[in-house]
Amino acid sequence: MSTVLDSRSFLRWCWRQLTSMRTALILLLLLGIAAIPGSLFPQRTQNPLQVKQYFIDNPSLAPWLDRLSLFEVYSSPWFSAIYLLLFISLIGCVLPRSIEHIKAIGAQPPLTPKYLDRLDNFTEIKKINLDGAEKYLKKKGFRVRREEHSISAEKGYARESGNLLFHLSLVLILIGVGIGSLLGSKGDAILNVGDRFINTPTSYDLLSFGKYQKEDSLTPFSITVKDFQAQYDSVTNSPIDYTLTVSTANPAGSKEQLKIIKVNQPLTYGNTKIYLQANGYSPIVIVKNKQGKVVFEGPTPFLPQDSNLSSIGAIKVPDMQPQIGFVSSFLPTADRDPIRGGFSSYPEVLDPRLLFSIWKGDLGLDSGVPQSVYRINTTNMERIGLKALSLNETYDFGEGSITFTGWNSWVNLQIVSDPGKNYALIGAILAILGLLISLFTRQRRIWVKQGKKTQVAGLSKNEIPGLKEEIEDLIKEVSSER
Amino acid sequence: MSDRSAALLSNNFIYSAMVIYALAFLAHAIEVAWSVKTPEITVRKTKLDFSKTERIGRLGSAFMLIATILLFAGVIFRGISANRVPWGNMYEFSITGALSFSIAYLFALAKYKMRWLALPASISILITLGTAVTLLYRPSAPLVPALKSTWLVIHVSAAIISGGVFLLANFIAGTYLILDRYEQKGSRPIWLQKLPTLESLDNLSYRLIALVFPLWTFSVIAGAIWAEAAWGRYWGWDPKETWAFITWVAYAAYLHARVTVGWRGRKAAWLCLLAGSTFLFNYIYINIWGTGKHTYSGL
Ligand code: HEM
Repeated sequence: MSTVLDSRSFLRWCWRQLTSMRTALILLLLLGIAAIPGSLFPQRTQNPLQVKQYFIDNPSLAPWLDRLSLFEVYSSPWFSAIYLLLFISLIGCVLPRSIEHIKAIGAQPPLTPKYLDRLDNFTEIKKINLDGAEKYLKKKGFRVRREEHSISAEKGYARESGNLLFHLSLVLILIGVGIGSLLGSKGDAILNVGDRFINTPTSYDLLSFGKYQKEDSLTPFSITVKDFQAQYDSVTNSPIDYTLTVSTANPAGSKEQLKIIKVNQPLTYGNTKIYLQANGYSPIVIVKNKQGKVVFEGPTPFLPQDSNLSSIGAIKVPDMQPQIGFVSSFLPTADRDPIRGGFSSYPEVLDPRLLFSIWKGDLGLDSGVPQSVYRINTTNMERIGLKALSLNETYDFGEGSITFTGWNSWVNLQIVSDPGKNYALIGAILAILGLLISLFTRQRRIWVKQGKKTQVAGLSKNEIPGLKEEIEDLIKEVSSER
Repeated sequence: MSDRSAALLSNNFIYSAMVIYALAFLAHAIEVAWSVKTPEITVRKTKLDFSKTERIGRLGSAFMLIATILLFAGVIFRGISANRVPWGNMYEFSITGALSFSIAYLFALAKYKMRWLALPASISILITLGTAVTLLYRPSAPLVPALKSTWLVIHVSAAIISGGVFLLANFIAGTYLILDRYEQKGSRPIWLQKLPTLESLDNLSYRLIALVFPLWTFSVIAGAIWAEAAWGRYWGWDPKETWAFITWVAYAAYLHARVTVGWRGRKAAWLCLLAGSTFLFNYIYINIWGTGKHTYSGL
């Protein structure tokens, strides 16, 4: 029996500690400190390649850091522990206060203290008529508690309302974030101009689902890439504007509509948005075998390497015997200098060049190990040639021939579904509203007490000035009334 | 007006502003120096007569006002030359940030009579502008596509204004700590006599922070809305976002410490400095050495 009581009182003690202001303050500071390492170490969710590089550069240190979740700080157990504790503490403090606050809506201000002379703004004046003071204070919007010989008045309840609204909104934001990560999805699809995309899991190059999202819940739209225009600044070579024109229908098969997608202007279907995330060039080649039969034809997306869009890529021809691969780079505007060799001097295609080394052997496509589309694993291959082609040139490499016939643009569409973000947004707006109300409302009490003389005093909760003037006005008003 | 001549005009305005800020610094330095030497210690020991230094101090204030107007013109013409808001790279952030800080100072001067802040304020504006024109200068150019958004205007203007006021609060907290040291040891030196009481400094930095904390919150949220439109997620723990969050948490902790736990004076001033340095760190370190989506080509 007593152990039950003990453990219960222990739990109660823990709860009180957790919801105390001091704990909240410490947790708040801890949360700030805990967020720091994530900005110092590369994070898997943002930059997996940099994490790999970190492992290569610091082979002995990296596994230890990894054990401490320092490459996944924001989903680590310790980071989650801090914010969960913080929010439990928040709820534990704010919910009871909210209930009390609601109960207090109709309540009267507290009784006038016995001794006013110890309080701020204490003044003694000649005896006045309390009715006048009561009327004046009521007119000014104070809640007034009138006793026979005293008045207790209070104004600024909205401060507490705002404060509670702010803290409850923080909880709403967190709920929104949680819904998004559990029920959302996010994927990438690389499409050449002319390609058609239907929103099913298999169409994606990369797709991740929230824990509780069902795979068949994707919005069933289709997108056909009609046109892509990039505009560059001729002095700095930096991009000015990208315009993607698509023809789209939701659900796929219904009437199609032309839509424009830009970097800050995604296409929206309910909670799903389609973003223009990246773009590049896809050189088009025709590869023929010794007999002159076409074994490969079409565009291959290349990965841009710098701001002038020199790009690297891999053209894989598995249908030849033996298999052939071209480890290539594409220069939209080819230029040369003695140190760097060939490079691109402008991001638009003005004088394109396709550079490649030719490899013969096993491309390893059937090995089951997923391969990068931009690279070729050449361990089981042998190099048989090296060449640079201008537009419409052909090169005969013995096993066959390759012709560089043109180029196309590709775009990376990022397709994100986040059913929680509206909650987060509403939470954010309410949070600001609550903050403004709570920080700019003056909560203050004024007491008037009748004795031999009349005593007036006041108390202001936050340090916004103005109470002194208010009391002076009151005194002026009621003294002149007589 | 051609874009080039607007850019030139902007540069000239900024150079002239720097000259006038230097004059303001000089005037305020003389003011401080004279108030060490000349106050006539009239009737009683504590009564100092600063009338001789008053005139040069006012001259300094006039210089600060003129320099701010020139800097304002410089920022405006920079925007005209690029046909957009002048917040596309670190050079532009710096000149706009200096402008915001300068306006925050003038506001504090008018509202709270804080001429004593002029010396550190003018020198730090000079250093900011000096670094901007020598190290960070970039020719005027259009924005990269990701920066083309109304939310950029809203987000960055809110951030810059909050930053200016946060830094001002930091100066005041720093002053608090220095004066506090002197008063611990005895009394203030003569040339610091004119500064406000410790208590009013403490309250002032609290008021400033309480004033802009909602604006900073708004700025972070506007940034999230913009990120959602441009990058497909409203929060991604990018280093810049992370440090904006840390700054937000630090100031929330400051407000809690003051309002609910009742910290005052020295402890609150240190917390204020800590919070302010997270803001500066974000601006300087993350912009220059950080990685992530917020790094702009060529700073
Ligand atoms: C851990 C749980 C938390 C508890 C128990 C808590 C509690 C409180 C309380 C009781 C107040 C009111 C002070 C007063 O009116 O006297 C307050 C104010 C404040 N809180 Fe919290 N809070 C918590 C978390 C947070 C968080 C996470 C933030 C934001 C990062 C925050 C930001 C603020 C701000 C800015 C104020 C000042 C508002 C004002 O001056 O009225 N709080 N908090």
